[in-house]
Amino acid sequence: MTTSSVSKGCFVFKPSSKKKKTTSLKASDYFHDGKADSQNSESRFETFQSLWQRMKAETERVQEDLNTNILDSLLEFARKSTASFQSKTDDWASRMRASEIPTAALVLGVNVPDHAMTFQSLSALLQESVTPYVVCLQSKECSALKQVLQKVLVQLMGHSVSVEDDDDEEDQPGPRPTGIPSRKMLCSMATLCGWYTAVTQKSASPSPGKKRLSSSKGCGQRPPVVVIFKDLESFTPRVLQEFIVISSQYIQQLPLIFIFGIATSPITIHGMLPHSVSSLLCIQLFQSLSCTQHLATVIDKLVLTTTFPFKLSGKVLQVLISIFLYHDFSVRNFIKGLQLSLLDHFYSQPLSMLCCDKQEARSRAKELSHEDCENIRQLPSFMRYVEKQEPEIQIQLLTSDQRVKDVTQSLLKELHAYHKNYYPVLRCLHALTSSLPKYPLGKQIRELHGICLEKNVWETEEYESAFQLLRMLAKDELVAVLRTCTEILKCAKKLGDAVEKLEEFIERFELLDRCSAVVETGQEGEEELPPQKGLQKKTDLFQLQKSLLERESRRTKKLSKFELLRLAVLDCIDSIVKKHLLPPESQPLHEVFYYSSAGTLRRHLNAAPRTAIQTALNNPYCYLQSEALKSEGGAISNAAPDICIVYKLHLECGRLINLYDWLEAYATVVAAAEGKDPDSAAAAQLDDVKHARFIRAVSELEFLGFIKPTKQKTDHVARLTWGGC
Amino acid sequence: MPALIQHPGYSESELRRVEEKLVCRESQVSMLLSIFGEYCVFLSVLVLLCGHAATSLVCISLSLSLSLQLPHALLNCVECFTSRLLFEHILNQLCAHSPSPDNEFSSHTRCDSFNDFIRLYRQLADLQQQKSTTYIVLDRAEALRDMDANLLSGFLRLQELVGGNVTVIFLSEIVWEKFRPNTGCFEPLIICFPDYSKAELQQILSLDHHPEYSADLRHLLSELYSSAGYNVSLDSSAVCNVSVPPWCVSAKESDTHRLWRNIEPHLKKAMQTVYLREISSSQWEEMQQKEGELHLKGLSAHAHVELPYYSKFLLIAAYLASFNPARADKRFFLKHHGKIKKTNFLKKHEKTSNHLLGPKPFPLDRLLAIFYSIVDSRVAPTANIFSQISSLVVLQLLALVGHDDQLNSPKYKCAVSFDFIRAIAR
Repeated sequence: MTTSSVSKGCFVFKPSSKKKKTTSLKASDYFHDGKADSQNSESRFETFQSLWQRMKAETERVQEDLNTNILDSLLEFARKSTASFQSKTDDWASRMRASEIPTAALVLGVNVPDHAMTFQSLSALLQESVTPYVVCLQSKECSALKQVLQKVLVQLMGHSVSVEDDDDEEDQPGPRPTGIPSRKMLCSMATLCGWYTAVTQKSASPSPGKKRLSSSKGCGQRPPVVVIFKDLESFTPRVLQEFIVISSQYIQQLPLIFIFGIATSPITIHGMLPHSVSSLLCIQLFQSLSCTQHLATVIDKLVLTTTFPFKLSGKVLQVLISIFLYHDFSVRNFIKGLQLSLLDHFYSQPLSMLCCDKQEARSRAKELSHEDCENIRQLPSFMRYVEKQEPEIQIQLLTSDQRVKDVTQSLLKELHAYHKNYYPVLRCLHALTSSLPKYPLGKQIRELHGICLEKNVWETEEYESAFQLLRMLAKDELVAVLRTCTEILKCAKKLGDAVEKLEEFIERFELLDRCSAVVETGQEGEEELPPQKGLQKKTDLFQLQKSLLERESRRTKKLSKFELLRLAVLDCIDSIVKKHLLPPESQPLHEVFYYSSAGTLRRHLNAAPRTAIQTALNNPYCYLQSEALKSEGGAISNAAPDICIVYKLHLECGRLINLYDWLEAYATVVAAAEGKDPDSAAAAQLDDVKHARFIRAVSELEFLGFIKPTKQKTDHVARLTWGGC
Repeated sequence: MPALIQHPGYSESELRRVEEKLVCRESQVSMLLSIFGEYCVFLSVLVLLCGHAATSLVCISLSLSLSLQLPHALLNCVECFTSRLLFEHILNQLCAHSPSPDNEFSSHTRCDSFNDFIRLYRQLADLQQQKSTTYIVLDRAEALRDMDANLLSGFLRLQELVGGNVTVIFLSEIVWEKFRPNTGCFEPLIICFPDYSKAELQQILSLDHHPEYSADLRHLLSELYSSAGYNVSLDSSAVCNVSVPPWCVSAKESDTHRLWRNIEPHLKKAMQTVYLREISSSQWEEMQQKEGELHLKGLSAHAHVELPYYSKFLLIAAYLASFNPARADKRFFLKHHGKIKKTNFLKKHEKTSNHLLGPKPFPLDRLLAIFYSIVDSRVAPTANIFSQISSLVVLQLLALVGHDDQLNSPKYKCAVSFDFIRAIAR
C-alpha cells in the first residue's frame, strides 16, 4: 500500500503462524531461545496458537457486534431505496425524486485501513440480503473515468458468470458472456445497462435455479446495483463528477445506489462536487461509532477479563494505547500489537507454558522439569516470596523440585483467584469515580487499570482526592452508585461478603430516608437561631468571620447520621480496594502471565528510522557487532565502513561542504586504517580505489538524504541536516 | 387558442403535442423548426444551442426529435470519454443497436477514427436509404474540446465530409467563442436560450403539482414558490425540490397572506437544507410527515473530525507554517529570541491579512521544527509521525505542493480553514 493511512509505518512483524506452517521447519522449532528444550517450546507454541485463535475469534465477534448498528441501518437504507425504485406508483413525491441517485455517506473515522473490514462485511451482508450486484471501488484503481467503468463492468459481469456457473450449468449449456470483457466490448454505461436488462429479464423468466435465488434475495426482479466508493477523499473530483453525471442519465433503466466511505467529515462531498452534480444525489448520512469507543470495547473484552490468562503489564498497555491515541487511531493496529506482545511473551518467557487455563496450568505445573524449576527459582517475584518464608521452608524450596511444583500449583491458583476478584473490584471503583468532577482517577476504565497496574492505587494523590469528593456525594447519587457496585460485584463468586456488606449499607440508607423527615424538621428548628443572633449584632468583619468559622467547626463536630453512614460505607469500599486491587507485581509468579517488555514492543511498533540510521552511522558496532569497531568517545574508528567515516567527517562541516577537502580527510583516515604513517607522503596520495570508495560513500549519503548537490558553489554539496557549524 | 408553433412541414397534431410538452419555449421551438425545415430538406447549417443548466435544452431537442419522428442520435459527450466511444454510440443509435449478451455487448461496428466513422456512416446511410435529415445531437459539447483535436472541427464539417443529409446540433452551457477551434471550421448557427422569467417559471410550476389542488390554489402556490425561489436558483428542478408537500397546506385556504404565513417557515427551512443537499429529499419528506418533530442535522453539522493527538499538532503546525511568515518563526516559537523592533514589524504586517493571501507552501523541515516547538513533550521522529503527515495529505487536510520527491525536501500547504483549526485545537 502506498501512503493511505495514519497507521502506515515501518511495521516489523514476525511471520504469522500461517506462513510458518508452510516452511519445512516446524513452526515450533523457531520457538526456543537456544537453551530451552524442544518439548517446552512446542507446548508453548501450541498454547500460543490456541490462545491467539480464541482471542482473534473474540475480537471478531466484538467488532461484528459494534458494527451491527450501522450495517443494519445501511441495509435498511438499501432496501428502502430498492423499494422506491420498484414501486412504479406515479405519485408526486417519488416522481420528483426519480432522477436522484440514493447515496449513503458513511463517515468512518480517519483511519482508512481499518475501514477495509467494515466494507468487507458490508458488501457481504448486502450480497446476502439485498442484491447480488455489489461493486467496491478504491481510489488508487480509479484514476480515470475509463478505469472506473472498467472496474464496475468487470466486477459486475464477472460476478454474474460465477453465479450462473453455480446455478444452472446443466440447464442451459449455451454461449454465455465471458468473464473478462472482450476486446470488442465497449467500456460504457450503455453496455452495463444492456447487461442489466438482460440479466433481470433472464431472472424474471421462470427457471428453478433462479427462483430460489431471487426469493432468497427478497428484492424482486430488479435488485439494485450498489457501488461502494471506499475512500471518497482520494478520488479525483473530476472523475467522480463525471461518473455521477453519467450514472444519473441511466438511473431509470439501471437502479444504482452509491455508498461513499468518508474518512474526515461529510462536508468533503460539498467540497468535491459542485451543486449541479450533488443535486443528482439523494444523500443520507450514516455515522459509525467513534474509534475511541471502539477501542474501549475491545480493551474491555480482551484485556479487562479473566477469559484469557495472558495479561499486559502497565507499561506495555500504555505503549499500545499511546500509539493508538497519539498516532493512528487504528483498532486493527492495537490488536496487532496485542498479538505481537502475546507472541513475544510466549517466545521469550520459558515459563509461559503455564500461561493457560486453571486446570491445564495445574496439570502442567505437576510435570515441570528440573530446568523449569530452576527458572521458577530465578524469577524475582518468586525469590521475594521465598525470602518471606520460614528458613526451613526456604531451604526446601531451594532444594526440592517437588516442593517447588507444589508451591507453584498453589500460587497459580492464588493468582487466578486474584484476577477473578481484581476485575470486578476495578469496575466497581471505576463506577464510583467515573462520575466525579474532573475525573481524578480517569474517565476511562483503562486509565484506572493503568494506575492499578503500576502501584498501590490507594497511595496515590488522585485516589485521595477522589475519596474526598466521594465523601461529599449526595445521598441519591451515592445509593445509585452503590447499587451499580453491588451489581458488578455479584458477578464474582468470591466477593459475596463484600456484596452483603454493601447491601446492608444500602438498606440502612433507605431506613435513614424514612425517618429523616422527622429528624430534619427538628434540626432545622435548632439551627434557625444562631444566624438571627449574628444578624442582630451589627458586628465588624472580623467578628463575622469568627462566628462563621465557629459554626463551621460546630457542624463538623456534629455529623448527621447520614454523614456517619457515608463515611462508614466509604471505609468499607476502601478496605475492599486495599484487599483486592493490589498491583500484580506484588503477586508471586506474576511473570508467567504478565508481558512486560515495553521497550521491545515500542521498538517494533513505533519504529524510528532516522534514529536507527543515525545510530548505524555513528556507532556501527551497534549493528555490526564487530569488535574492531568498538570505539570510545566520538572518535572515528578507522575500520568502520566508508559511509560511516564520510558521515562523521561531514558532521564537522558547515552547510556547504567542499568535496575536495572532504576527500582528503577521508583519504587520511583510510590511510591510517591501512597501517601507514598518516604523515608520510605516500599515505596522502590518492589512488583510484580510494577515490571510487569515497564517491560511492558520498552518493550513499545523498541517497539517505543527508546531502544534496548544489549550484551555489562549484565542487560543493549542501548539507540537509541540522547541526552544522 | 391558436397554435403558437406552426410549420407547414409537420402535421398539426404532432406540433400540438410538442407544444404541450414545451411550455414557454414557443419562440425557440418555432425558430428551430423553421431551421429544420421539412423532412427531406437538405439542411446546410449546423446549430449550436446554448443556455444555462436548467433551460431544458436536452428536453427540447429530445422531445422535438421524438415527437416529430426525426432520425436522430442524442448523446452526452461526458459519457463518451474517448472518440471511439463517441463514434460507436452514434452509429449504435442510428441503427437502433444496443449492447446485450446476444452480441456479446459489442457495438454495431468497430470504429476507431474519424475516417472510419465517415466511411461507416456513408455505408449506413446507403443501407438505410433515408431521405430525411439525420440529426446528431451532442449534449455538453464543451467536453469535445478536451478530446482529440480533430473531433470538433470534424463534426463542424460533418455534412461536407459525409456528403449526406446530416445535421449536427451542439448543446452547451458556454458560448461559442469559448470553443471555436483555430482553423477550418464552419460557423454554426447559434440559438441562445434565455433563462426562464419569473412568470414562465410560475407557469411551469403550476403544471407540476399535487393533483388534489384546485387550479386557483395551484396558481397561487406556484406564485409563492417562484417568488421565493427565484432569487436563489433558476433551476426549476431545484424549486420543485423546495416546494412544500401538500399535507401542510389545507386545500381550502384561499387567502394569500395566510397561505404565505403557513408555508413560509417550510420554505425557509427547505432553502437551507434540501437545496444545499444538507439532507436528502427523502429525509426531508419524512421530516415533514412527522411535523418537524425530529430535527435532523445537516451534513455540515458534522464538521468535526477526530484526529490522533499528534496529527492534530501536525495540522496546527502546518497551519501556522502556512499563514505565518517564516521570519516570524523565531519570534513566535523561540523562548529567547532577540528583541525585534515591534512597531516596525507589526506595521508591515497589518497591511494585508495573511488569510486573504491564502496558504503559502512550506518545507517539511519547517513543519517539523514548529511541530517540535508546540508539542510539550519530547517526540521521537518515528515512522509514525512521518506517516501521519502523508495520511493528512491523503485526507486532503494538507496538500503536497510541486514534486512528489521525498528526498528533495518536499513542500506542503495547509488546506483547512481557520474554523477547522480552532475546532481541532480545542
